[in-house]
Amino acid sequence: MALLGRGLLALALAIAVYGVVASIAGARAGGTRGEAWTTSGRRAVYLVAALATVSFLLLEVAFIRTDLRFEVVADHSSSTTPLLYRIAAPWSSQEGSLLLWVWLLSLWSSLVLWRTGRRMADVVPWAQAVLLGLAAFFLLLLTAFTSPFSTLAQVPFEGVGLSPLLQYPSMMIHPPMLYSGYTLFAIPFAFAVGALAAGHVGADWIRSTRRYALGAWLLLGIGLVLGARWSYAELGWGGYWGWDAVENAGLMPFVLGTAFLHSVMIQEKRGMLRTWNASLILGVGVLCILGTFIVRSGVLSSIHAFGSSTLGIPFLILLATMIGGSIALVTWRRDLLRSEHRIDSLLSREAFFLAGNVVLVGLVLVILWGTFFPLIGEALTGQQRPLETVWWGRFVGPLALVLTLLMGFGPLAAWRRTTAAHAWRQLRGPLAVALLALAIGLALGAGGHLEVAIAVLLGGFVLGAVGQELQRGVRVRRTATGEPLPVALGRQVGRNRRRYGGYLVHAGIAVLIIAVAASSAFKDQHRVHANVGDRFRSGGYELRYEKAIGTWKTQADGSGEKIQKIILGAQVGIYRDGKRLQTMRPTREYFPSTDVSLGPVSRFFLGESATEVALDPGIRRDLWLAMQPDGDALAELLRAVDDRLKKNPAPFAASADAAVRIADFYRQRPSPVTFQVIVSPLVTWIWIGALLAGLGGLLAIWPAPDLQTRRVRARHAARVARDLGRAPAGD
Amino acid sequence: MDAVAALIVLAALAIALFVLGQPLWPGREQAAAGRHDLRRADLDAAKIAKYREIRDAELDHATGKLSDADWQAIDRRLRADAVEILHELDGLGTAPEAPEDPPPAAAGDGHDPAAATTGEGGPPDAAPAGRL
Repeated sequence: MALLGRGLLALALAIAVYGVVASIAGARAGGTRGEAWTTSGRRAVYLVAALATVSFLLLEVAFIRTDLRFEVVADHSSSTTPLLYRIAAPWSSQEGSLLLWVWLLSLWSSLVLWRTGRRMADVVPWAQAVLLGLAAFFLLLLTAFTSPFSTLAQVPFEGVGLSPLLQYPSMMIHPPMLYSGYTLFAIPFAFAVGALAAGHVGADWIRSTRRYALGAWLLLGIGLVLGARWSYAELGWGGYWGWDAVENAGLMPFVLGTAFLHSVMIQEKRGMLRTWNASLILGVGVLCILGTFIVRSGVLSSIHAFGSSTLGIPFLILLATMIGGSIALVTWRRDLLRSEHRIDSLLSREAFFLAGNVVLVGLVLVILWGTFFPLIGEALTGQQRPLETVWWGRFVGPLALVLTLLMGFGPLAAWRRTTAAHAWRQLRGPLAVALLALAIGLALGAGGHLEVAIAVLLGGFVLGAVGQELQRGVRVRRTATGEPLPVALGRQVGRNRRRYGGYLVHAGIAVLIIAVAASSAFKDQHRVHANVGDRFRSGGYELRYEKAIGTWKTQADGSGEKIQKIILGAQVGIYRDGKRLQTMRPTREYFPSTDVSLGPVSRFFLGESATEVALDPGIRRDLWLAMQPDGDALAELLRAVDDRLKKNPAPFAASADAAVRIADFYRQRPSPVTFQVIVSPLVTWIWIGALLAGLGGLLAIWPAPDLQTRRVRARHAARVARDLGRAPAGD
Repeated sequence: MDAVAALIVLAALAIALFVLGQPLWPGREQAAAGRHDLRRADLDAAKIAKYREIRDAELDHATGKLSDADWQAIDRRLRADAVEILHELDGLGTAPEAPEDPPPAAAGDGHDPAAATTGEGGPPDAAPAGRL
């Protein structure tokens, strides 16, 4: 299987390289000969997709079977790893994630080329060449630098296992979502390069790739939210966003992609901002590769980067090529890229979109600076220190608020121009909603923090604007058709999906921004050292440490039952005003290590461990509770048991029993525990806001009802009307 | 086992050579599309996008964002663009049977505002087909 995998990847690389050459030959030859070369290049894309699919399936089979002959399986899985996590384990490894990258890229490339068909015949060959070039780069890494099909000379008796931090449901789909976003953004990137190379710089390439850009934005956004949720519920520090290098790596293309999705509308409608749009998507493409580079190179320390690698140099070469090539292409085509029109009025939708673009690009520059500042610091001081959260809040906070304001103005303005009188008529309603929201916010205590009050005011403005737009659109439809409200609403939204999908995204982001501001400003956080029976207070709750938990979980494999993890925890009663509300059970889970030098019983506790947070989410506030047993007391106990076991002739024979007995001992005679308690308001609304934004994205991307079917229906209805001698009713 | 793997890779290589080489065989080029067909596909996409713009402007006007004067000016310009696209489409010769996809009646023509709400470049469900 290893030879097969390596052979198929090498074949895929050869085909990808051939495809690049064939596609460029097709672009340069033109005519029927050129089309033949282009068709051959296109088939290369399909073949790479097929080979990458088979290769990925082979790797999956190796993980599912825990085939420890494979180095990647031995390093990232084990016989005690549950099946679902074994399926997801390939992308926890560098090799597997690179294979996932090239697999997804080849699938999306095949899809876009199949759907594009014969359109954009001058652009497509260049786009093909770019997509195959990217695939060839990753296939080269997989064949020459870090093969997922490398085998071990000596097969270990057990694998290292999947990092316990990754054994979390959303982590199974978080990387594929991020990588889908990255690879989908490669589509508009490649078509932009193709449009520039072919000198076909109108809006055609934008129309052909708009859905892919939107899909990339949506999937990247889902990936970011899943990552934030994982960080909040699993990492044990109580936050959902830590401005970590890897988090930022995914956020930057998302933010710049947001700018692109807005500014392309200006090019579509007005023929403006061609240079800007081309530069934006080329920048997004570069940031997607930069994101992969940050995760995979290990240049920046991160809680999310699971191991560093030697792939930094190849990635730097690719990045340099992409940046240099992008600048050269835009400079070469600067005459063609000149805008057909200028902005007619500052009171127009394009003016607000442009302002929003400037803010979004500013946001990306701030994040870029903040992400790479530790590297600059390291060059100067020899020490890599990430920037404080306060720094991020100081720069990102105001930009986010300005963006929220523009999100409200954008939908209210018309394309080209709006008169002052019309603008005022549009603004009155949303302003009233904004003031109402502020009044409610102040009544609930938002006045204590200026940034929260401003977020509530601006968020209310956005929600008011979106609500007004929807209400007016439905009213127009009802006036014209007499349809009942639900029917008119459904049809109005269904037939203007792009517009109302975008508005729903705005509403979701507004909710999210209010929730982020409130949950950050009013977070109540305590760290408490406690023994069984102790009581302490936090955020209006009384918590009582009632008893200790000491247990274990086993997993069966071919050789019998094995300890999967030892669990130490605490049972905590939650009270409010003397009334018991519920019981929470935060735990700390210890996964056995294969490193026997740690000690016969210590290896069950000193390998990888993970915090299992106890979370009580609510519409108004979340109660978040984590615990950490006293490390010194536990280490002392482990040392004592290790010493005793080492005196046995076969110290490891009874080590599993001893580990279980320690868990029992801990339950009966627990050492002190450090609790971390966080009570923060409106966190649930972050996820609700994100969900709304995701639904909006989905609505905008969803294809319109089949046009051909509607045309046929229209023809038939018209014929019926003609035959009956009267006009058709309704629409 | 290794021999089987090598055979599978060789078989894949043979299939790849066939699939990649086939479009380049002599005589296959005749099947390639005419340039007119390719241009028509691009123009059809441009036409649909232009119609969507006209409908967007309609909706903006109907919901009170555009004054009558502004809307009429914008609508005239968009329709002139659409006419240019249709003109070029006509210049490409007879197209395969494809019903048109008209926007609502021009600004100031006493149009039905409901037409603006039918959106997304599609025709009103029961509107008779016709040209601009």
